[in-house]
Amino acid sequence: MHDFTPVSALAGGALIGLASVWLLAANGRIAGVSGILHGIFSPPEAQWRAWFLSGLLLAGLAWQAAGAPVPLREGFPIGWAAAAGLLVGFGTRMGGGCTSGHGVCGLGRLSARSLVAVIVFMASGMVAAYVMRHVLGVAS
Amino acid sequence: MNALLSALGAGFLFGIGLWVSGMANPKKVLGFLDITGDWDASLMLVMGGAVAVTLVGFRIYKTKIPAPTLKDIDFPLVAGAAIFGAGWGIAGYCPGPAVTALSTLSTESVVFVIAMIAGGLLHKIIPKT
Repeated sequence: MHDFTPVSALAGGALIGLASVWLLAANGRIAGVSGILHGIFSPPEAQWRAWFLSGLLLAGLAWQAAGAPVPLREGFPIGWAAAAGLLVGFGTRMGGGCTSGHGVCGLGRLSARSLVAVIVFMASGMVAAYVMRHVLGVAS
Repeated sequence: MNALLSALGAGFLFGIGLWVSGMANPKKVLGFLDITGDWDASLMLVMGGAVAVTLVGFRIYKTKIPAPTLKDIDFPLVAGAAIFGAGWGIAGYCPGPAVTALSTLSTESVVFVIAMIAGGLLHKIIPKT
């Protein structure tokens, strides 16, 4: 476990939690990024969603502008990136949420549906990561 | 505060959290999901730190939580979560990190986000039984 970074993980997690409480307290909305992303195609709720996503993008730009480390991955096969994106987009709509909506927010409000979703996507993610790295041997 | 500025601020803070925590780094995410390798448990603490805050905050602002539209633990929930997890484990991106990583304009993040939007649209147009 030489990559273990408990302090930044906890601190970053707390910021994610704070942002989710902020969106609930100030806007009365759930910070589920998959729902927010797919919802930008359905007005009238499209506007605040576009602003939230802009905030996510601005955070990345600010992070880079501040000179903080941006770990870019080289050589990950683009075909696999496309396939993974399709699965994530489809699966999050079918299952009604992702790591933020079911994970951070769903667990925070003690939703049984979200707990089941989190257990399933963690397990499925572990299997997929294993197959990619150790069966198919795709460098990631 | 203006609702749109507030949404922008929440998105910004959320994004900074993703970068600080390491979630925006797909290699680190895969180091967590690959439990057979040199396992990196950090992301467990990201979720733990986030949920510790939402558990308290969502209790305080309980009356603001929108009523959930779905309550049953059904096939779409489980199958959808399994499909999402597979995509997550292949590339190391879930939706939030993918969107904030788009700011780097890396080819993989651009391709991933376009495919993710397409996947959501695909789900919208296929007939539901």
